[in-house]
Amino acid sequence: MSSFTMVKALNEALRKELEADPKTLVMGEDVGRLGGVFRVTDGLHKDFGEDRVIDTPLAESGIVGTAIGLALRGYRPVVEIQFDGFVYPAFDQIVSQLAKMHARALGHVKLPVTVRIPYAGGIGAVEHHSESHEAYFAHTAGLKVVTPSNPVDAYWMLRQAVRCDDPVIFLEPKRRYWDKAELDPNAAGAPSRLHDARVAREGRDATLIAYGPMVKVCLDAAAAAEEDGRSLEVVDLRSLSPLDFDTVTASVQRTGRAVVVHEAPVFMGMGAELAARITERCFYALEAPVLRVGGYFAPYPPSRVEETFLPDLDRVLDAVDRSLAF
Amino acid sequence: MTVDSTAGVPKKASGTRRKRVPSRAGSVAPPPQPELVQLLTPEGERVEHPDFSLETTPEELRAIYRDLVLVRRFDGEATALQRQGELGLWASLLGQEAAQVGSGRAMRPGDYAFPTYREHGVAWCKGVDPLNLLGMFRGVNHGGWDPNEKNFHLYTIVIGSQTLHATGYAMGITKDGADDAVIAYFGDGASSQGDVNEAFTFASVYNAPVVFFCQNNQWAISEPTEKQSRVPIYRRASGFGFPGVRVDGNDVLACLAVTRWALDHARSGNGPVLVEAFTYRMGAHTTSDDPSRYRMSEELEAWKLKDPIERLRAHLVREGWADQEFLDSVEAESEQLARRVREGVRTMPDPSPAAIFEHVYADGHALVDEERAQYEAYAASFEGGEVR
Repeated sequence: MSSFTMVKALNEALRKELEADPKTLVMGEDVGRLGGVFRVTDGLHKDFGEDRVIDTPLAESGIVGTAIGLALRGYRPVVEIQFDGFVYPAFDQIVSQLAKMHARALGHVKLPVTVRIPYAGGIGAVEHHSESHEAYFAHTAGLKVVTPSNPVDAYWMLRQAVRCDDPVIFLEPKRRYWDKAELDPNAAGAPSRLHDARVAREGRDATLIAYGPMVKVCLDAAAAAEEDGRSLEVVDLRSLSPLDFDTVTASVQRTGRAVVVHEAPVFMGMGAELAARITERCFYALEAPVLRVGGYFAPYPPSRVEETFLPDLDRVLDAVDRSLAF
Repeated sequence: MTVDSTAGVPKKASGTRRKRVPSRAGSVAPPPQPELVQLLTPEGERVEHPDFSLETTPEELRAIYRDLVLVRRFDGEATALQRQGELGLWASLLGQEAAQVGSGRAMRPGDYAFPTYREHGVAWCKGVDPLNLLGMFRGVNHGGWDPNEKNFHLYTIVIGSQTLHATGYAMGITKDGADDAVIAYFGDGASSQGDVNEAFTFASVYNAPVVFFCQNNQWAISEPTEKQSRVPIYRRASGFGFPGVRVDGNDVLACLAVTRWALDHARSGNGPVLVEAFTYRMGAHTTSDDPSRYRMSEELEAWKLKDPIERLRAHLVREGWADQEFLDSVEAESEQLARRVREGVRTMPDPSPAAIFEHVYADGHALVDEERAQYEAYAASFEGGEVR
């Protein structure tokens, strides 16, 4: 066991997978010599060479499109999109090709491509560097979409994503990149399966459902609520496609109340899907409608006002108040 | 000389392409006659080219002729099947047989083709059963063949996407240390796509063994090539740092010679090549299209005189390498093929509705499983109670 930031955990996961399988490749803009703008690939170019850790031209569609070709040739590419807002030039290759080619070929080819994307806000960045676009990807059959909330999950989930024979959109909450946790990278196996949700904190009065960067916000909110005598459960979804509804359902059946929290705009977001499914599955257990807390239906704002846009402890607890008052 | 290069091929300043005169009734404008590699004239005369030679035996020429005829007959049958309602759509290759058979025959078995949706002649040369190509046009699948069986990838409908897949695949060949090469097929319209230009960049930067084979059939549905480029397409290669060649796309021998050279250039570690096969889409874009809305029939008539099959037939007959018996036997074989295709399409089974849920993921997905179970329960709730 030693202390790992999420960046270091992701780096170690890539290192382990590059060691384990000579067909595994890392590719993207600045991932080589520089080690990535967030240093997630730091040192890999030096240790595995430019044939395995590939600095690409500055063209996102080209990165994903050539990764598809490499996968067809038997390689297992892990591509990095430098920032969330830069994935859109590759959107066509991801949605029309990467997601659909296995089905188009009636299973004759596999596309084990992992697309790593630093996503979401809270780091005071310029435009296009703070977006939460998980719903676009989760809406597409053929893709798997996961997002860790802490260094331990980041390590194990990335290793599992790389080994997955399906395309995985791997969303890295960049404002949690520097969070630390104790991690044993040489443990025998992953503590949980890639697509299992996790009860991050147990509680009785309401369930907060979150993922990625918002899990910490919800845990903080639950700790604050405890001081007011309220017991909040926090579910960390970890996987957005597939969604682990059993864990969500079991929790809401116990608490009778659910609040979904994400950075992405509420409208047509993951919260809408969760609310609909929770209503179907837990209708008679619900004491209140499922509530949602998220970004507003506006472009991600300039950084000086991003705190207004992003759900925080107070907005989460405000929703909890409304749920409990129902 | 039509090679334009910064990477090792003899270079000569190429003239700018002549401006097309709009067709007018009563005055038939000649199609553009750019300098291009030709080994067989439209009249069927064998000519030499200083840079691209080709040794062929009469037997080989007869085999090429057979390919051209069979591919055209298959294509015509597919068009007929669409008219009869057996196919939902067909994208005819009429007029492009030489470009496809020439380039297709240039490939070795280990070479990999990444087609658009019109490369029926290439599929034929790679040994793909023509019936496999018809499934997506009938609506029973989206392709479905095993691309690795004949090294012929699935048809790609989104214009230009496959050029990146081809480039990535070629990058993998380099990593494997193999001496195979890849052909990325695309058209004049696709040359405007970002993906194609990104593929040029990646292939050039990584020196990938890929041949970009552009069939310039003059029309991207209703838009003439002038709407895609102000320079001849083959000359775009020089900006990316690799050779570009324009070949008479209706000359199967020139297409074979140039593509073979390009593949060898690529597989020998010299990087990509762009081949522009200058040809003509004799039919509609697809069976849903009506070319009379945007182009003059005079243009079609002018291109008929350059027919790829007629010129080879004339050559074979003139040299005494094909008698009537041979020509008749190929004709008869093509009718057999048409019959097999017709029967094959009419008896092609529909997929079961539950097949919707198959092959969505390689490793499975809980939601797909759940929705499949829901669908099956729903279907079973009807009288007769089983999933159709």
